[in-house]
Amino acid sequence: MSASTDFGTGSAMGAPGAEVPEPAAPGTGPARARGFQLPRSPKIIIGLVTLAFFFVIAVIGPWIAPYAPGASLSTTNGVPQPPSSAHWLGTTQLQQDVFSQLLVGGRSMVLVAFLSGAIATVVSVVVGVSAGFLSGVADDLLSMLANFFLVLPALPLLIVIFGFLPASGGSNDLLIGLIIAITGWAWGARVLRAQTLSLRTRDYVDSARLVGERTWRIIGHEILPNLLPIVASSFLFTVLYAVGTYTAMAFLGLVNPVHWSWGTMLFWAQSANAEISGYWWWYLPPGLAVAFLGTSLALLNFGIDEFINPRLRAAGLTRKRVKRYAAGPVPRRFPLGLTPVVRLREGERS
Amino acid sequence: MRVLGRRFVFYLITALAAITVDFFIPRLMPGNPVEAILARLQGQITPGTIKALEAQFGVQTKEGIFGQYLQYLSNILHGNFGISTGYYPSTVASVIKSALPWTLGLVGVATVISFVLGTLVGVLVAWRRGSWLDNVLPAMTFFQAAPYFFVAFLALELFAAKLGWFPTGRAYNQLDFPAFNLSFAGDVLSHAVLPALTIVVCSAAGWIVGMRNVMVTTMDEDYVLVAQAKGLSRNRVVWYAARNAILPSVSGFSLAIGFVVSGALLTEIVFSYPGVGWILLQAVNNRDYPLLQGIFLIITFTVLAANLAADFVYVLLDPRTRQEA
Repeated sequence: MSASTDFGTGSAMGAPGAEVPEPAAPGTGPARARGFQLPRSPKIIIGLVTLAFFFVIAVIGPWIAPYAPGASLSTTNGVPQPPSSAHWLGTTQLQQDVFSQLLVGGRSMVLVAFLSGAIATVVSVVVGVSAGFLSGVADDLLSMLANFFLVLPALPLLIVIFGFLPASGGSNDLLIGLIIAITGWAWGARVLRAQTLSLRTRDYVDSARLVGERTWRIIGHEILPNLLPIVASSFLFTVLYAVGTYTAMAFLGLVNPVHWSWGTMLFWAQSANAEISGYWWWYLPPGLAVAFLGTSLALLNFGIDEFINPRLRAAGLTRKRVKRYAAGPVPRRFPLGLTPVVRLREGERS
Repeated sequence: MRVLGRRFVFYLITALAAITVDFFIPRLMPGNPVEAILARLQGQITPGTIKALEAQFGVQTKEGIFGQYLQYLSNILHGNFGISTGYYPSTVASVIKSALPWTLGLVGVATVISFVLGTLVGVLVAWRRGSWLDNVLPAMTFFQAAPYFFVAFLALELFAAKLGWFPTGRAYNQLDFPAFNLSFAGDVLSHAVLPALTIVVCSAAGWIVGMRNVMVTTMDEDYVLVAQAKGLSRNRVVWYAARNAILPSVSGFSLAIGFVVSGALLTEIVFSYPGVGWILLQAVNNRDYPLLQGIFLIITFTVLAANLAADFVYVLLDPRTRQEA
């Protein structure tokens, strides 16, 4: 009757997080063990640690920045200075401290990215699950809406929206996050709809319906818990998308250029031709920061993908590990019902 | 065929919706759009600018909003996107027309290369899983996450500024007069290498990861095992598996192409490549709203056309879609 009775592809799905209702598995159970197993993947650990680092930067960055990000620190020359003991990452053309800009800019970036990821995820869950569960005309309309946003090229649309925004809107993180979310929810909705469609016809949902449970209870207690990994994955995907999009918008100068973020740093670097003039200390730090923030999100997403689809995980085995597993008993790493198919390479096949 | 027909109708509706969005965004913003734009233009106003904007946003007309909308639709259908305020008195259509071939050439070629290359590498990584090739994946994750224009920065600094192998920007040497001869073609080619490389490196990452993940799943299917058990040559087996694994890549094309085009536009800006991305930047800098809206529509139409092409290929590849359910 609960999520844990479903041993199919869905069995791995109810596991992560304590908020999954587990009435049928009091205390012990494989589900709990699996829940703790998730962080063991190196991809997830690296992703989480990197992400935590960026979170810390976002919170304390503006406090520990040695200088104000927009302050011109010397008026002696108009040439960007390379890194020195006074300015760890050098200065910009206006003699602003790059290190301070980097620290201050992280907050806006992380805030916008996670805000718009959260908004888009809520929208995609509502639209996707409704479409999958309701079917019929409602499904057709909602799917069409999602498909429309999916094929619409997001960047030009965002440029038009941002371009017409009143000047004050260009420095409002909440508004920026909201606008980016408008173009970022469709993919999640489509994936969630497909999964809901598949879950809707599972036996345990049928039996819940036969028992006479209300629709909302079925959605909330039987469907949603099993969608959690996909929701998490689409959330991370949207955050990743928002990171890139926000950077692009700021890079184009559509966000107020003194509203410091890594994108605005790149905007200033580009308008001073930093990449041709060899001022690497100016554009490299914000670019790498964006790239590593994105990489941490993508790694986490990878980890969740492998969690949902164990075949991908088995593929990560090295030759040595494959040999060891092939010789010994079934490894405990793989939970029951998810025994992966371990394929030996040619030549190792006995 | 009916599948394609339905998709075609969908893209038609999407195009119409895009036009509608384009029509309403400036009108939904608070205040009079022309005044708001003039306030932001700050002094770079000519009487022509005001006229162009008023015509674009229907400020001085007596027509209702519905009449304006119909007028707008008919203008678009006639290829009339208004008059650019930044390139006044050029029309938006002529400005875009001069830039579009560069973008289509660059993005088109780069996309095809990256799709083919990415798919092949993805197949290889999946087939040789457990070997050193698995280490390709984290690197790909990085390129997938890094902004295109940042990679463009790196390419520009390394290969153009430091090593001097390629020119630092533009589509051809300014001293070189555009002509249809070999030296000009070589010039164009050498200018296109770095931007194309950037687009290929960044977008191939997505294809590699996607293809590898589907391929890994496909390789566990029974028919692949059977093919191996029958003693077919390895290449034949890979071919059978890859043929089936490529379907999600093709159907996921619509999502990817939007990303690639967006990234390519930003790449053009870094390389001062005179394509749509470059005039997009000019439009943003000059607050050239008619041009911005025109570019949005043109890119949307192009992406929709690319989607239709992808759907067509999908129908060719997958016989199941040709079967009437």
